[in-house]
Amino acid sequence: MTRHWSLPSFSLRCLHVWRRNLLVWKKLALASMIGNLADPMLYMLGFGYGLGRMMPDAFGGTTYIAFLAAGTVCSSTMMSASFEAMYSGFSRMHVQKTWEAIMNAPLDLDDVVLGEAVWAASKSLLSGLAVLLVAAALGLCASSLALWVIPVILITGLAFGSLGLIVTALSPSYDFFVYYMTLAITPMMLMSGVFFPADQLPPAVHLATALLPLSHAVDLVRPLMSGQVPAQWALHLCVLAAYAIIGFYLALALTRRRLLK
Amino acid sequence: MDNLDPDFTIRENLQVYGRYFDLSAAEVNARIPALLEFAGLANRGDDNLRALSGGMKRRLTLARALINDPDLIFLDEPTTGLDPQARHLIWQRLRQLLAQGKTIFLTTHFMDEAERLCSRLAVMDHGRMIASGTPRELVERHIEPQVVEVFGDGAGAWAKEQGTRLAERCETAGETVFCYVHDAAALIDDLAARSELRYVHRPANLEDVFLRLTGRDLRD
Repeated sequence: MTRHWSLPSFSLRCLHVWRRNLLVWKKLALASMIGNLADPMLYMLGFGYGLGRMMPDAFGGTTYIAFLAAGTVCSSTMMSASFEAMYSGFSRMHVQKTWEAIMNAPLDLDDVVLGEAVWAASKSLLSGLAVLLVAAALGLCASSLALWVIPVILITGLAFGSLGLIVTALSPSYDFFVYYMTLAITPMMLMSGVFFPADQLPPAVHLATALLPLSHAVDLVRPLMSGQVPAQWALHLCVLAAYAIIGFYLALALTRRRLLK
Repeated sequence: MDNLDPDFTIRENLQVYGRYFDLSAAEVNARIPALLEFAGLANRGDDNLRALSGGMKRRLTLARALINDPDLIFLDEPTTGLDPQARHLIWQRLRQLLAQGKTIFLTTHFMDEAERLCSRLAVMDHGRMIASGTPRELVERHIEPQVVEVFGDGAGAWAKEQGTRLAERCETAGETVFCYVHDAAALIDDLAARSELRYVHRPANLEDVFLRLTGRDLRD
């Protein structure tokens, strides 16, 4: 029992896990891009322009599409990291037994799980970055401060990749992920200020959003894209980092419990 | 069930696995032709994994395990689920590895596999080692050298009347009577006169030893 909770020990070989996933991704890149990139973009443009036209003054000087673009950068990052860590991770861990094959080589489970978490974050970086680039192309980034969004995407991706890996470690089958998507991810997306300002929520609910990692990502990305230094940026970063680090540790311990007998 | 990478070609499977051992791309690529040859997959390096049969995948898995040129190789039931041709090819490859001086640690349920490949063998039952030695030693030590299997209508009745008298030991499993003897001549004479019974006379093998040591009950 206690050995499952011992501190992680990594080697540089975790990079080989990352590179393996990259090679698979390269082969399937087109389909993966359409799902991960086109989908959020379509929602952003459709709702941003369509709804935005109906409420030109509701967002205090900024347009709805600019407001929504910042939210979409974050939600797209969250979705991409979560899907990769859950569905693809589960395929590699449970269905294809890829992790088992890797652990027959001189890599530890710790290396595999770290490689997977960083891989999920890398994929989500691509998704978040794509939305950011489109937003920039549409003139929705006010200044070069928007470049700071990139590290925020990365740490958000790590946080959701780690959380996804926790679910994967607990999951008996693919069906299990529906619970997490419906009970955690969807409410989080609605409560974290992606589509509308979180202060529109009932006060008690609004207070609770402070616990959600996505709302901290949104609170960083939205000001950065509109050319302001986010208020309490260090706090938001610390919360995201805590989700990433504690989430990873939990994911690792639970995966050890599942796979190491 | 294998854990090869279904999204990769045969060559990529070997290349990616070589990286896990921190081998350079040049080192791995230099080893791949010999490994493909070993697996009987020469010239098929660029084939998609989905195009391979079960036997080919098993050989590729074995070749992949050799990517770092190990001295000691652990194999768990390497031929389970393969057809006889595929199984014989694997056995031939394993003997080739033994001839190169490699050590193979193999677990199997196939006694003929153990008999063909092992120089030293341990019988495990409920997680404990209950006998060990060379295959021949085990047969000599634990069982009579000759076996006559008798089957057909009335085999059970025959065993009660004649079998127990003519053989040193008789065991009934299903509808077959196994008679263990040092000299089968008297037994065969008796059986030859009975047209309703059929029989097979053969030397004792490891399977007999295994059943002797672990019993004939199902292990579920």
